[in-house]
Amino acid sequence: MTTKTSGLGLFWQNVVSLPSSLRESFARRSAPTSDRARSQSIFANIFLHIHSTRVHPHALRLSYTWGLGVASAALFFILTVTGVLLMIYYKPSTELAYQSIKDLHYVVPTGRFIRNIHRWAAQLMVITVLLHMARVFYTGSYKKPREFNWVIGLGLFVLTLALSFTGYLLPWDQLAYWAITIGANIAASPTELTDAIGITHWFNIGAFQKELLLGASEVGEDALIRFYVLHVMILPILLAIGMSAHIWRVRKDGGLSRPGRHTTAAGKGVGASQPVPQTPSSSPTKTYGLMCVVKGKTPATDQNLDETVPSWPYLLRAELLVLMVFTFFSLVLAYFFDAPLKELANPSVPENPAKAPWYFLGLQEMVSYSAFIGGVVVPAVAMIGLALIPYLDREREQVGVWFSGAVGRVVAWRSLVFGAIAAVAMVAIPVNFGWLRNWFPGIPQLWIILINPGTILTALYVLWSVYELKRSGSTRMAAIALFTCFLVGFAILTTVGTVFRGPNWDFYWWPSQWPTH
Amino acid sequence: MPGRLDPKPIPRRDFLGLAGLWSAAIAIVGSVAGMAQLPKPRVLPEAAGTVKVGPATAYPAGTVKVFTDHRIRVIATDQGVAAMSLICTHLGCVVAEGPDGFHCPCHGSRFDAQGRVLGGPAPRALHWLPISRAADGSLLVDTKGDVPPGTFYEV
Ligand code: FES
Repeated sequence: MTTKTSGLGLFWQNVVSLPSSLRESFARRSAPTSDRARSQSIFANIFLHIHSTRVHPHALRLSYTWGLGVASAALFFILTVTGVLLMIYYKPSTELAYQSIKDLHYVVPTGRFIRNIHRWAAQLMVITVLLHMARVFYTGSYKKPREFNWVIGLGLFVLTLALSFTGYLLPWDQLAYWAITIGANIAASPTELTDAIGITHWFNIGAFQKELLLGASEVGEDALIRFYVLHVMILPILLAIGMSAHIWRVRKDGGLSRPGRHTTAAGKGVGASQPVPQTPSSSPTKTYGLMCVVKGKTPATDQNLDETVPSWPYLLRAELLVLMVFTFFSLVLAYFFDAPLKELANPSVPENPAKAPWYFLGLQEMVSYSAFIGGVVVPAVAMIGLALIPYLDREREQVGVWFSGAVGRVVAWRSLVFGAIAAVAMVAIPVNFGWLRNWFPGIPQLWIILINPGTILTALYVLWSVYELKRSGSTRMAAIALFTCFLVGFAILTTVGTVFRGPNWDFYWWPSQWPTH
Repeated sequence: MPGRLDPKPIPRRDFLGLAGLWSAAIAIVGSVAGMAQLPKPRVLPEAAGTVKVGPATAYPAGTVKVFTDHRIRVIATDQGVAAMSLICTHLGCVVAEGPDGFHCPCHGSRFDAQGRVLGGPAPRALHWLPISRAADGSLLVDTKGDVPPGTFYEV
């Protein structure tokens, strides 16, 4: 009898303590009350442990990072959530895709809003990734030991664009259909060159690439499924893996770059450049240096430990703030501006002008001189050049300083002016005077492919960088010159493509001057 | 002394370990190569490129017919019947017919009435397509084919 009641009593006790034991098993520790406990929590939590337990305040300075890396990650998070929601209604088939987007827009509760958020977050992400890249470049943060992380970052940039582009086809409207037709034909454009030198018959890499992308020779059902799979599975997974590696390496390389500090092998991690020796018996808990988890100076390491601050709360709070700010932006944009949806895709009549999404319009401008050079060669050269920058500029001074100081600022300004003038000239000349074919009607196609405004602009930029290299004797300055030129070139060509190109890709000062037809 | 002609025998365990590693490597490479073939179909899932454009009698000299769905334009002169593709040779938009030839809405390529490039980025003239006659007497245009510009099919 007694055992029974005590058994029941025990059970009752367990029932009563159910909430607290559930919570304990879930969080494994009670709410941290000291910096030390907060550091422990970061360290022990699978979701938080990508942070180091302490960060340098420099990494928190708004005017240094502008929160752009975190913003890109936050937008990716928003995109994943909204994207999964959209998948509940979207049907990847040429018959139903357009209708399902219409359903989302008009019938599904909050469907229109979610789709708008997805759309705007995607655009914002392209911008933040670009700006993040520029920030990393201009602060010299690609330098040793971060060279490879710069390369990973470039990969993430390409993945971001690829994700935007593959998402573009899914609504199956006119915009989508013709943008993908053009995109797939850019993949096929090496044929332009192989044709011109007459080897297409043996080596038709262009057609192969196009077929791989579309699963057919024209944009249709197979292309839609392929782009869908890329958009919702392959590319996001690759991006998530790449992002983890990217962030992990930032941490392993000693946190964000900052001035006056070359990371040495011993100095990885937080605070101390000399790890505090600890024998196992004196370190009953995790050995990220007990000294690091209390405030104030400590005589033990001769290091100003106030140099770092605990990630919790400072870093986590900053991250949360960035997430909230960008969620807010996306919400506001989504509330006021609807994502466009043109008429149903019509394979026999393109839009006029048929324009790609804005971040590709610079490319479209280049492509309108030569598909192969503008769509394949120049982007590939630019990407390879960017990837090589940390290996070709190995100067160690001035990491973590904007423009590497006053000289760099001047170089950047000069290159900005030069790059802008060159880009404007390369658009203005063909617009006003035509190009080779207008001057020499019988000219061989090979010349038209090779000598076009896109090639010349790229060559001018490279020459300018070489000039800056000679002038300053510094590879860093040459890199700044080249990067700045490409950045303004991209900005100007994008603006031209967006604002000044109208029907038949003719030049107009304003869309209101487009002929009505 | 073990040498090239008289090598030291590999210990059995090392041999088995290496053999295991190598067969794992070969299996992985082989299966990846096998999977990589999947996205490239052996047969493209689409209808043949031939289009029936009606009986030859429907094409007296001077006729111009545009088949928007197939993006082709069929003309007849006293030399015969000819078909031209309306797909821009630049990046595959469909060209529109204007008073002085054809122009492409996408990047501004221009073609004359014979489809020759007048300006813009298009690398070659619009494709002229082979015409043949079906068993029932109607004309067939092969949209995947390619004949030199100015090739007419005599009816
Ligand atoms: S597709 Fe015709 S000009 Fe580009």
